[in-house]
Amino acid sequence: MSTDLHELPVTNVEPALVCGKQEDEYEVVYHKPATMVDTAMHYCPGCAHSLVHKLIMEVVEELDIQDKTVGVAPVGCSVFAYDYMDIDMSEAAHGRACAVATGIKRLMPEKYVFTYQGDGDLAAIGIAETLHAINRGENILIVFMNNAVYGMTSGQMAPTTLPGMHTTTSPDGRDVSFYGAPIKVSELMANLPGAFFVTRQAVNNPNAVRRTKKALLNAFKYQQLHKGTCIVEIIGNCPSNWKMTPVEAAKFIDEEMVKTFPLGDIKIPAAEDLKIF
Amino acid sequence: MTEYKLMKGNEALAEAAILAGCDAYFGYPITPQSEVLEYLAREMPKHNRIVMQAESEVASINMVYGAAGAGFRAMTSSSSPGISLMQEGISYIAGAELPCLLVNVNRAGPGLGTIQPGQGDYFQSTKGGGHGDYRMIVLAPASVQEMADFVFLGFDLADQYRNPVLILSDGAIGQMMEKVKFKPYTRPQTDKSSWATTGKPKTRGRNYITSLHIQPEKMEEHNKHLEEKFRKIRENEVRFEEINTSDADYLFVAYGLSARICQKAMDIARQKGIKAGLLRPITLYPYPYQRLNELASQVKMLLSVELNSGQMVEDVRLAVNGKRPVEFYGRMGGMMPTPEEIVHHLETLIQYHHVN
Ligand SMILES: Cc1ncc(C[n+]2csc(CCOP(=O)(O)OP(=O)(O)O)c2C)c(N)n1
Ligand code: SF4
Ligand SMILES: [Mg+2]
Repeated sequence: MSTDLHELPVTNVEPALVCGKQEDEYEVVYHKPATMVDTAMHYCPGCAHSLVHKLIMEVVEELDIQDKTVGVAPVGCSVFAYDYMDIDMSEAAHGRACAVATGIKRLMPEKYVFTYQGDGDLAAIGIAETLHAINRGENILIVFMNNAVYGMTSGQMAPTTLPGMHTTTSPDGRDVSFYGAPIKVSELMANLPGAFFVTRQAVNNPNAVRRTKKALLNAFKYQQLHKGTCIVEIIGNCPSNWKMTPVEAAKFIDEEMVKTFPLGDIKIPAAEDLKIF
Repeated sequence: MTEYKLMKGNEALAEAAILAGCDAYFGYPITPQSEVLEYLAREMPKHNRIVMQAESEVASINMVYGAAGAGFRAMTSSSSPGISLMQEGISYIAGAELPCLLVNVNRAGPGLGTIQPGQGDYFQSTKGGGHGDYRMIVLAPASVQEMADFVFLGFDLADQYRNPVLILSDGAIGQMMEKVKFKPYTRPQTDKSSWATTGKPKTRGRNYITSLHIQPEKMEEHNKHLEEKFRKIRENEVRFEEINTSDADYLFVAYGLSARICQKAMDIARQKGIKAGLLRPITLYPYPYQRLNELASQVKMLLSVELNSGQMVEDVRLAVNGKRPVEFYGRMGGMMPTPEEIVHHLETLIQYHHVN
């Protein structure tokens, strides 16, 4: 369950307890998107998933596309996304989100379809489905949550695990001579002609959150163009499996993760492709 | 008046898919069923339907999962090794209760085996195949006509029960040419709006497709719900064909291609004065246990003839429950028994059991 204060619904704040003001004397500066289910989340404190769920739902609300959006969440910590996002959603087998999304989008090309995949899901077991979907230029959005570990199965090494990083299956640190270097999947995906927009972001500080929100907003809008796949990679905090506090995890991203996974746009749409906006 | 056409089994099946209103086909080439994908790649776009060659059978079955989950009529076809690769996806489809049509044009195995026809996938098709407690309705065509007919039936049953339906054919039925007639078809009305992922309007709650039930109580409840559905299927959907059973002393039990060979064997036996009959299960799940049990009271011996090393015979034994001897004869690896060979085997068994 998230303990981030921003996650608490405004109505939970007892107005009488704050500065003695009445409820209607407050200006609402933040509210949870109506497209979020009002329930407690199962995610660990400081986990990126809860925040990114909310950002996606804000975008869906702002674009007013709740009735046109279908999400696909494969196995991983976020397989329960349908408990939190108030939209039609499909679970997918581990690694198969892009194939499931292909089946949905090909039959309903006018709908907004996104996958929400972990790094184990996308970069290991599901890399074939992912690369082929992008190569076909499926008009979907791939939200790629890279936390450098297998979160759900409690912290085993992923293809994205940093060199020397300790996980339950690389107890002495990832040995690059044995397992190879971490895959930079977004760079790989950007090379495919079907990829329209590829960016890598994070959510470990307010500015990063804003940039991620902007990237997601654009990526959703680009689906209207039918020009190819959008990929928003997000370096996600996984304090539990990194064996850190939420604050340490946020720092770890800036100090270590970005060395292997530099943030920023990797492939941006050509200006003429965006003319209708 | 609908006319007869001369068609390959695989092509008749593909044409039937179009006539049955199949919205989407996803497949990956494998002998002996690539004609299905080839035929549909040519014909589906003319009807504004979706046809895609996927990157693997793993992808095909999951594309089917997506399309079926969005409420569309979706199907895939493959042959044995490809169907093995799909098992995880099939289990998810059964768990999430998605209606769809699957086709296995069975070749001989195990492993890469051979592209020749076989019936070695009986266990995989009828006993689960993938993980967990689930069943598919399994239809076994024995002619090109049935390759077509079972597509309509299969889609309808899938919709009715929200369950995957498998057409279990084989390389011979898929490849051979016979006359086939496409009968007029009216699609039953099914309302999928209460569960299909089409985008949530304000007027309803969200629909989600899942096979995940993390709480043990919920998981068991879901399993019970599925089992109740399978019970209804067992009660209402058993299909079989009987030939010459009314006076039969000896009963061949065979499905698909083996049933056709047994039909000829039965004629030869009768010419020799041996009163043979044939029971051909059309649904392999649900299996005609009850009818076989009734017939077992009447005949002296049952002989299960299969293109494998003895799989369906276990169901025949379950049905007969010790009442009569149940014997097995099979050829494998794409080898076909001749009708004479089967009759010879029957004669030997009659001697052995002193049941004449
Ligand atoms: C076929 C299959 N293999 C293995 C698993 C077990 N499993 C569940 S989640 C997971 C890894 C998830 O890691 P990731 O995709 O990075 O998501 P995260 O939990 O880190 O967000 C694994 C291996 C599975 N469910 N299915
Ligand atoms: S294990 Fe990691 S990814 Fe999973 S909920 Fe906890 S912090 Fe988030
Ligand atoms: Mg991960």
